[in-house]
This record gives sequence, structure tokens and C-alpha cells, in this order.
Amino acid sequence: MTALTGWGRTQPSVATVVTPANEHDVLDILSRATRGVIARGLGRSYGDAAQVSGGIVIDGRGLGGIGPIDESTGEVTVGAGTSIESLLATSVPKGWFIAVSPGTRQVTIGGAIAADVHGKNHHRDGAFCQHVRSMRLVTPTGAMTVGAANDPEVFWGTAGAMGLTGVVTEATLALIPIETDRVLVDTDRCKDLDALMAAMATGEEDHRYSVAWVDCMATGSSLGRAVLTRGDHARREHLDAREQGRAIAPSASGLLRVPWRAPSGLLNRASIRAFNEAWFRRAPTHRRGEPVSLGAFFHPLDFVTDWNLLYGRRGVVQYQLAVPDRSGETVRRAIELLATSGVPSFLAVLKRFGPADPGFLSFPIEGWTLALDMPVGPPRLPGVLDRLDELVAADGGRVYLAKDARLDPRHLPAMYPRLDELTALRARLDPHGVLNSDLARRLGV
Amino acid sequence: MQDAFGNPQRIVVLGGSSDIARAIAVRLCRERARTVVLAGRSEALLSDAASELREAGATEVPLVRFDAAVPSSAAATVEACLEAAGGPVDLVVVAVGALGDQALDEDDATRALEVVNATYTWPVAALSALRGRLVAQGTGRILVCSSVAGVRVRRANYLYGGAKAGLDATCVGMAESLRGTGVALQILRPGFVRSKMTHGRPDVPFATDVDAVADVAVAGLSSGQPVLWSPPILRYVFAVLGLLPQGVWRRLPG
Ligand SMILES: Cc1cc2nc3c(=O)[nH]c(=O)nc-3n(C[C@H](O)[C@H](O)[C@H](O)COP(=O)(O)OP(=O)(O)OC[C@H]3O[C@@H](n4cnc5c(N)ncnc54)[C@H](O)[C@@H]3O)c2cc1C
Repeated sequence: MTALTGWGRTQPSVATVVTPANEHDVLDILSRATRGVIARGLGRSYGDAAQVSGGIVIDGRGLGGIGPIDESTGEVTVGAGTSIESLLATSVPKGWFIAVSPGTRQVTIGGAIAADVHGKNHHRDGAFCQHVRSMRLVTPTGAMTVGAANDPEVFWGTAGAMGLTGVVTEATLALIPIETDRVLVDTDRCKDLDALMAAMATGEEDHRYSVAWVDCMATGSSLGRAVLTRGDHARREHLDAREQGRAIAPSASGLLRVPWRAPSGLLNRASIRAFNEAWFRRAPTHRRGEPVSLGAFFHPLDFVTDWNLLYGRRGVVQYQLAVPDRSGETVRRAIELLATSGVPSFLAVLKRFGPADPGFLSFPIEGWTLALDMPVGPPRLPGVLDRLDELVAADGGRVYLAKDARLDPRHLPAMYPRLDELTALRARLDPHGVLNSDLARRLGV
Repeated sequence: MQDAFGNPQRIVVLGGSSDIARAIAVRLCRERARTVVLAGRSEALLSDAASELREAGATEVPLVRFDAAVPSSAAATVEACLEAAGGPVDLVVVAVGALGDQALDEDDATRALEVVNATYTWPVAALSALRGRLVAQGTGRILVCSSVAGVRVRRANYLYGGAKAGLDATCVGMAESLRGTGVALQILRPGFVRSKMTHGRPDVPFATDVDAVADVAVAGLSSGQPVLWSPPILRYVFAVLGLLPQGVWRRLPG
């Protein structure tokens, strides 16, 4: 029996963890189970998605392996337990990058499919599963290979379904070609939210990648001040002659560990405010075309492993909302509510989303997405987040299940109107309701 | 399932007509609690509590009857409550006890037994029936209402205080036994609470009321502290009171 939590370390629950090595083992577990079963990757979802108390958790990391990369199409078949980090370690030196990368490379392909993760390029490239050519899915009633063309119901039902349709054992992904291992980055400091949102809304077609870090503790005329970074993969011709010979180096990932369990409250109001201030001041007002490594651009947080420990014993919650384009005002009110409530929030992330993805439970909808990290502890926090739910739901928006640990279940059907389609699919693939998770129980999925 | 802030969705209250338990349940229903199983002796009090909980947001409030005077009924009561809950239970509140009437009880074996059975034996039997069931769930919490009466027992209510002392000590041990199981047990130690149980008794220093105790209990579900005192200052007051010589302790008011 093992106690498991998500990245936020908020809701421990105990289950039996098993590590199948192949599809056959997975099928065996699913077809005999009399308790709830759910798959788990690297546990980077914040809440209780990858755990099922009293049940069986399938540790997907045993399902590894990286096949050869097709040099003409960039297609590669990988085990679902492969991390994006290890895939990149193999593919980048050969000139291939992952089409969609979340803010950390410490996620598995299975986890990326289950959350249908998005990156800084959603406005252009959509979410992760749009780049999945096919996947092998094991359900309690059998295993199948599905793609968007041959079985759109199962494929798009699985995208974003948080592991509730079955266990993905393998997937074929389409990678994108890169000429160098650098990104050319434009940085702009924006003095307030209006300036930021105007810059983001108008310039979005000019760059493949775009993200803003917002200081959610600044109030008054600085409300929503932010650092906007936008970038594109550097081409070989962008490097100076000296560097063109080694446009791609074998990447070395310098990982500093936080070697101790930080006391609760080390990240407190004062230290978070000071950090946010320093972050804002450090950024250049405007800078163009600065070459930055792939790691520093895509996964800046990965330089410190286990940073979630800094939040201490009570853990951290992340609130990520998406609202339609017309609801920019909701983004402002969310930031305002937070800034004035006195609840400390580390740098928040604001991004643009392109058109919604076809997954029944995929999170993105065209418009804005805002993600905020907050330590558990301030007594006002639960109420503030409940208020945010109301605002978001009333606007036709939603919160991201991969980050959720506290949504009021009443809002779920409005936020995810295609939930019924998932329910119907699950009734077919899993008639005895074997697949289950603490998140599914909590939200009544 | 409970959320990141320790808010439960499905709860069982043993001693559902206790004012404190009811006030805790009302607060939890205003958050995420939707199913509350109320177990107690008086049908009338339970139905009254049930309608208050529905108003606060509960959608299912099954009632279970039991009599804490009969310790052998504890296991079946727990079973019936878990059954009625219809799914994994996030929180069990144990608020069972009888204050008795010390003057009448202290020289009467039958009456003394009634106080001890309701305050100690029945709850311990219930906790023992519950423990394995929650461990199998891999999650859940138990909140046991103890009392400062058991922290240092007084002449004025030593039967009740002694029974609470036994319950409290048993729970300290049981909480240890639950480490690593996903289940946690928290002990609530209120001071003198003005309620129907203590109606007509004179106030003592640090007296508190039901709402204040319930607030402390609910905040404690989020903080996860193993022992919750209400008012919180009693933690320190009793650290000192515990050291007083018996002669001084005897003369303190209350
Ligand atoms: C620092 C940080 C930054 C992040 N940035 C982003 C971001 O920019 N964009 C974004 O979209 N997300 C982001 N995330 C969230 C993260 O990408 C997702 O939660 C992702 O699902 C985590 O993958 P994992 O392998 O850790 O899966 P886990 O957290 O272990 O599991 C997540 C879900 O996937 C399911 N699952 C796992 N493996 C399988 C499998 N083999 N088959 C079926 N289901 C499976 C689980 O059941 C669970 O429901 C971030 C998280 C962190 C900690």
C-alpha cells in the first residue's frame, strides 16, 4: 500500500501500486479488478487525478521505449510511460522536437494524452492530441489501436479524459523538425493588464510561442503588470557562423535538487511578493531575438526539481481557467479578486488559446487562459476560488482538470458540456465501472 | 472525496443530535458536503438536524438510530451508517457521550456505567469497528469530540471526565496506528461549552459556545492538526494547569 498525492501534495490517499511491463499485464489487471483502477504517469497533475484511494494505481512508467524516428514524417512510436524529457533527449540531437510541450518536461506521454496538454503554441498548433497519430488503449473490455480517423469516438473521448477511458500503453506522435536547439525570444515588460492583453491579442500570429508571466500581487495602477515572452525556433541562418557548425548540441540538463522538505510558509506573502517584484524588475523593457536554449525557454521550472516542497506540508493548489475571447474582463476580475484578497500567488501565467480541440474533455477553448499557483493555508482562499468558479462558469469558461483539486462539482456539466458523451463512451468500454479516480469521485465524473 | 482544503463531501455523524456535531455538519454542508448520515438516539432531534443540513446544502441525509447505552450495538450502527453513506466516507464525526449527574451517579454502579458506556465504551467500540473499514478505503478522517474535562479530571465530574480521559488517550494511540494508511484521526478538545448539555450550569473561565467550537473544528480539518483545542488558548492554559499541585487545582473555580 502506497500513499500518493498529486504535484500539489494536498490530498494523500493510499492504494496498491502495480507496475505492468506490457499491454498484456495491463489487460490482466483491468479485466480482473474488483476495486477502482487508474493509470499514473509522473504525478505532475496537481490534484487527485492519478490516484484512487483503496484501489489499484497502474504506474505507467514501466511502459517505456522509444522507437525509431521516421526521418521523412517525424513520426515516432513511444511507450506511454516515456517522459517528454527522455523523448527530447533522443529526438533533439536528431533535429526533432515535440509538437506541444507543457511547462515541464517531467510528464509522460500517457499523462500528456490524458490531460490533452497544451503549450505556449496552442493558438497556432492546438493541444497535444492533435499531434498524436494513433494510440494503443487498453480498456476493461479489451485493447485497441485508435486514431482520429479510424475511431474518432474513442480517440477524442480519451483525449483529455484523465485516464477514465482506459490505459494508454503506446502512442505514435508526429514530431516537428528543428534546425537548432535554440529559440529566438522577444521579451516585453508590460506595465499593466491592458497593455499586456493588447500586446497579446494583436501580436499572436507573429510568433509560434507566446506566454506572459503576470504579477498577481501588484495592485492599483500596476494591476496585472507582466513580462511577455514570445519566441520561434531559431533557424540555422540565425546563428552566427561560428555556431552554425554545432547548431544542436546533445542537451545536458542541469538539475538542482531542493534537498530538504521546506517548512510550511517558506513561500509566504512577503517572500512571494519579493520574488514577483524581482522577476518583474529583472526583465528587460524590450528585447528582440535573444537566443535561448530549448530547456530555458520551455521548461524554466525544471531547473529546480521538487520545487513543490517549497510550499511546505499543506501544499499548493493551482487554479487554471479558460474563458472565451470576449471575456477578457473576467481575466481582469480574476486577477483583481486575487490581488485584493491578500491571498499570495506566485507568478501567474497568461496565454492565448486558439480554437477548441476536439477531445470531449479537452480543456482549451478559444480565448484566454490564466494559471495561478497558491499555497494552501490562507482561510480566504477556498472562498475566493469558489467566486472565481462562478465567474468562469457564468462566462462559458472552465477550469483545467489536470490542475484541479477543489472545483465545486456543481459547475462541471456547464464547464464541460460534452461530459455526457464521455459517460456514454465509458459505459461501453468499461461497463462495470472499473476505471475510477479520486478526481472522478470528487467531481462525479 | 475531500478537496485540497480538507472539505469532505460525504460524512457520517455518530451523535447526530449533539449541538457541536450539528454545527460542524452545517458548516461542511455550506462547503462541499452533500451526503450526511446522522446517527443518534432521538428521532425528533435527528429529523430537526436533518432539515437544517438540507437547508445548508445537503442532498442526502439518511438517519440511523442507536442507543449508546448498549455498547454491543456499536458495530452494527457503524455498519448501517457506512451502508447508508453509499460510497467512500470522507469524515466520521464521533460526538457521543453522556454528562450524567455526578452527585447521583458517583455512588450508583448502574448509573456510573451509563455515563462510562455512552462516553467511553460505545465510542471505542464504534471506532474499532470503523478503523479497518476506513483503512480499506485508503482515505478518510475521524474527528473525535473529547473534552478538557478529560485532560485533568476534577472532583466535580470525574466519571464523565475519566471516561473522556480514557477515550482521548485511546484516540491518541489510534491516531498513531493510522499513520501511513491515508486515514487520519483528529481529537477535538473543547473547553466548557454553553449548550443544551450544560444548560443551567454556571460559566467557567474560557467558556465557549457551540459556534466557536465548530469553527475551530472546521479550520482543523483544513490544517490537519492532530489535536484541536477550543478556544485555541486552552492548549497553553492546560499545559500550565497540568503542572499545578492537586491542592491548588482543587480550589480553582469551575
Ligand atoms: C510545473 C508544471 C507545469 C505544467 N505546465 C503545463 C502546461 O503548460 N500545459 C499543460 O497542459 N499542463 C501543464 N502541467 C500539467 C501536466 O502537464 C499534466 O498534469 C500532465 O497530465 C502530467 O503528466 P504525468 O505523466 O505527470 O501524469 P499524472 O499526473 O501522473 O497523471 C495525469 C492524468 O493522466 C492519466 N494518465 C497517466 N498515464 C496514463 C496512461 N498511460 N494512460 C491513460 N491515462 C494516463 C492519469 O490517470 C491522470 O488522470 C504542468 C504541471 C507542472 C507540475
